[in-house]
Amino acid sequence: MYTQYYTAHDIECGGVMSIRHALLALLSEAPKYGLQLREEFEARTGEVWPLNVGQVYTTLQRLERDGFVESDDDADPGPQKGFRITADGAQELAGWLRTPPDLASPPRDELVIKILVAVRLPGVDVHEVIQAHRRYLVELMQQWTQLKEDEGDVDLSLALVVDAEIYRLDSVVRWLDTADGRLKRAALKPPPHAKTAPAPQIRRRAGVRR
Amino acid sequence: MTGVLEMRAVSKTYLDGADEVHALRDVDLTVEPGKMVAVMGPSGSGKSTLLTIAGALETPTAGDVLIAGHSLAAMSRDDRARLRRRAIGYVFQDFNLLPGLTAAENVALPLELDGLSAGKARAAGLRALDELGLADRAARFPDQLSGGERQRVAIARAVVGDRRLVLADEPTGALDTDTGEAVMRLILTACKAGVGAVVVTHDAQLASWADRVVFIRDGRVVDRTAPRPGPDSLLAGEAAR
Repeated sequence: MYTQYYTAHDIECGGVMSIRHALLALLSEAPKYGLQLREEFEARTGEVWPLNVGQVYTTLQRLERDGFVESDDDADPGPQKGFRITADGAQELAGWLRTPPDLASPPRDELVIKILVAVRLPGVDVHEVIQAHRRYLVELMQQWTQLKEDEGDVDLSLALVVDAEIYRLDSVVRWLDTADGRLKRAALKPPPHAKTAPAPQIRRRAGVRR
Repeated sequence: MTGVLEMRAVSKTYLDGADEVHALRDVDLTVEPGKMVAVMGPSGSGKSTLLTIAGALETPTAGDVLIAGHSLAAMSRDDRARLRRRAIGYVFQDFNLLPGLTAAENVALPLELDGLSAGKARAAGLRALDELGLADRAARFPDQLSGGERQRVAIARAVVGDRRLVLADEPTGALDTDTGEAVMRLILTACKAGVGAVVVTHDAQLASWADRVVFIRDGRVVDRTAPRPGPDSLLAGEAAR
């Protein structure tokens, strides 16, 4: 269940894409072997984002193809093959660090869609649907908080990742709380006179991320 | 196991003019020793009423409350007041420290009220402050302390002596995130020493420190979290390797 929410978020927020730049960052310190890169990546993300060896080598091959890393020509492919960053790679990394991720257009959020559907569906209590999601999110937050409680003092990277997750989940709970209140107030009011209003400007400009 | 707090079918109805207001309806809640339970709900959901009834500050219209196995309904007013002083500690959002007393005097006050000699009460107060890292603040007045320090003094006051139950109402409300986190760690430490705690809040981050979260809406308990499975379940990759 957790991985469902997690994977969607990971891909949406460019988590998978940034492996490329995380590897460039590690190589900017010193030339390294593939296996070493995997271990260091995991250690520095508090072991929250595991990486398999295949992902590491595929990414390295692409980086080499793009001219961002070089490898030892003579060594066979495998754990003993060393990689180093090129000048182009260093420039790519510096550019990536300062480029904000695309947060301008709202993501197509599955939870928002579920609530929008629940509001219109006859025979469905939207407040009950909201509560089911709220409970699940708070349960997740409890697990992250316990992780912070147990290990946050010893592992700085982990503490940073855990904070980010707790704030992300918290913002979803706050949205649910706000939606809950808004729907309750709306139910007490008579329905407004139906008319075709022009679409808000933001919808026209931004579009939805797919 | 007997809970330090057991609320059994508790209801509370107020009269607002001719209207009956149902602040709590048929609430069951048990808090075991060593556990923290968060009660989460929006404002007006009844969570503060729940806390004042759990703390024997108000009596329910129906149902019963047991503190450490003792039924409040069966107790005389005096016995109830004694139990309240001895067994229950309160932490409020705005700290509620007495401005004319030093930190140590604030912490010692409930023990003195309970008939302990001034010397003994003061010694116990200093010990509680020391445990919360506030030994060097003992002689200061509340207005000479930071917000975080004031809340730590309030927690020392809530756990001093032989307290069994700590009741907290939005205890980190006015504090920044770091200080709020420190406050939650202190309440958790008290729980690990055997105290049971109820924290009422609208804040999911705060609630996530609890062993169990109870959701309250319109005076009713509508939902509860499952027991915590432990943080290992988060490391999604472990299974994939």
